[in-house]
Amino acid sequence: MARASIPTRAAPRRRSFNSDRLWSLVVLLPSAVLLAIFVYGFIFRSGYLSLTDWGNDPAQALSLNPVIKYTGLTNYSNLFGGLLDSRFRQDLVSTLFFTAFFIVACLGLGLGLAMLLDRNPKGEGLWRTIFLFPMSLSFIVTGTIWRWMLQPAGGVNALFGLDPDRHAWLTSNASIWRFDWNKLPLITAVVVALVLLGLASRARQSANRTQMWVAIACAALLVLWAFTLGNSVKMTPVPEYHGFNLAFIGIIIAAVWQMSGYTMALYLAGLRGIPDELREAARVDGASEWGVYRRVIFPLLAPITLSAMIILGHISLKIFDLVYAMTSLNNLNTEVPALLMYITAFQGNQFAKGAAIGMVLLILVAAVIVPYLASQFRRSDRS
Amino acid sequence: MTTTATTPRPEVTAPRRPNVSRMLLYLALLVAALFFLVPVYLLVVTALKTPDAIGLDTTWRLPGVWNWASFSEAWSKVSGGLRNSIILAFSATALSALLGSLNGYALSKWKFRGADLLFALMLFGMFIPYQAVLIPLFQFIKSIGLYGSIGGLILAHVVYGLPITTLIFRNYYSEVPDALVEAALIDGAGFWGIYSRVIFPLSVPGFVVVVIWQFTQVWNEFLFGVTLANPSSQPITAALAQLSGGQAVSWNLPMAGAILTAIPTLIVYILLGRYFVRGLLAGSVKG
Repeated sequence: MARASIPTRAAPRRRSFNSDRLWSLVVLLPSAVLLAIFVYGFIFRSGYLSLTDWGNDPAQALSLNPVIKYTGLTNYSNLFGGLLDSRFRQDLVSTLFFTAFFIVACLGLGLGLAMLLDRNPKGEGLWRTIFLFPMSLSFIVTGTIWRWMLQPAGGVNALFGLDPDRHAWLTSNASIWRFDWNKLPLITAVVVALVLLGLASRARQSANRTQMWVAIACAALLVLWAFTLGNSVKMTPVPEYHGFNLAFIGIIIAAVWQMSGYTMALYLAGLRGIPDELREAARVDGASEWGVYRRVIFPLLAPITLSAMIILGHISLKIFDLVYAMTSLNNLNTEVPALLMYITAFQGNQFAKGAAIGMVLLILVAAVIVPYLASQFRRSDRS
Repeated sequence: MTTTATTPRPEVTAPRRPNVSRMLLYLALLVAALFFLVPVYLLVVTALKTPDAIGLDTTWRLPGVWNWASFSEAWSKVSGGLRNSIILAFSATALSALLGSLNGYALSKWKFRGADLLFALMLFGMFIPYQAVLIPLFQFIKSIGLYGSIGGLILAHVVYGLPITTLIFRNYYSEVPDALVEAALIDGAGFWGIYSRVIFPLSVPGFVVVVIWQFTQVWNEFLFGVTLANPSSQPITAALAQLSGGQAVSWNLPMAGAILTAIPTLIVYILLGRYFVRGLLAGSVKG
């Protein structure tokens, strides 16, 4: 069929002026321009607004021609260290805890379900439909349903016979794993040092001595800094405690209910892509069922796990509607930065501060997504 | 499922008690299914109760009196949003699908230098938190006179839908053999001729995936709905949030509203689930 004489790339080989080529650019142009404005232009504009004082003075916020002054990084330093903005810092801590639990639960449940379905039960299509249907719902619908489930007089308390006075799922203000925000430089330094040590051990495996020693030296320097100079860096004038609010447990359950079908679908597609011969070969070599999973299947699923972590992570960092629907707007125990941005900018008219929160969110999400996109494209280049 | 025998034991290569392990398999599936279905049971049952029949001790019971009035009352609260959502979802889906198809065609069959970079830059738009662009977007929509109308929402959804529709079509068209395009070139067809006579007729499955996925996304979206539209042009998700956000709620109403909001996407999912899942997997870029 395929004629060898024709180059395999789609690009036609006519060297002269090529109107077809031009058409492809013309077709792409509107989308490219729109996205350039709506994504990059607007990000740039938000970034600029976040460096101003627009709306910090309520009188100026809604005037037709507000006087906007450039104030540099003031909004950011207030968010991370100002006395008034501890709410943002709690939200930031909350969203990181939320993300961690949400990802772990979705991966665990999704993998479990996929492994069950991979054993070819009867009615597989029906089971799959059941596990996946919440994905087709709006987070607002999910939030409405689970808000009722977790009401004091709602389904969960009734099911387990819990005392409604003691199990206020969404409004509880108990919090655990609290830490002083002033310890943030220390905690950050230790985490980065651990990552560096991880890199060092990988460099050792690939016998890259220099890289290993550089990583170890950097880690040691960081830790040294953290326990000497870094210790005296104070983010806020007074100690300030943040932790994981138990009120989030209900929201995490609802989010897992909605999204674990996604990880199931990913893992199931992955499991179905593993050739049976591989499993057979492992069994012939004497591996137990569990051994086949541990030695053969799980390693092959690792890239899927990474993809799922990134997709789920970016969804949960920007989660907004689920929290909006499950707890009313000003429930401080279950607030996240995405919600605070909406409240700050669109209810409080503090546009500059809202833009700054939006930029922090963007940086968090970009830190997850950009390396991922880059690696995806590097891989597709090679293939 | 999770036997703790980690050391490989050659003598137990075949499952010893298939019936027991099969039973455990179905038991586990059943327990999992309960987790996913119980909220639906409570949703339906609560929607059909009268407000005074809703309480801690009766939560799990079937309604004594079937109260269909919740639905008509909820309908009166969300039907405006429903109408807006229908207009919004249909027009935004159609426009972004069409543009995505053309983009995908240009990006996969007429590759030029920097096409991959352009595509990557486009894709980033799929992942940004909209909070980072919301204020300028709000200002922009306002300045062109579309604030508060469905038109502004359509514009936002079309633009921010472009990355995923382009992605799905680009991946779909890269499966179409290049030889087809080259044969058409030799036969004298150009950019548009190839699109209309070769690519577009092959695109139906791609369009099905994109339309279903995009329709669901637009229907379920909420942030744009509450920031760019005024109450008379807000989508159904905003109407539902309004309905369930009040203080003294009788729970039958938001439950009925949730059912009304969920039905269109649920129908799509149940009838065309396979295409929905394909869109879902495409969203993880490319495995």
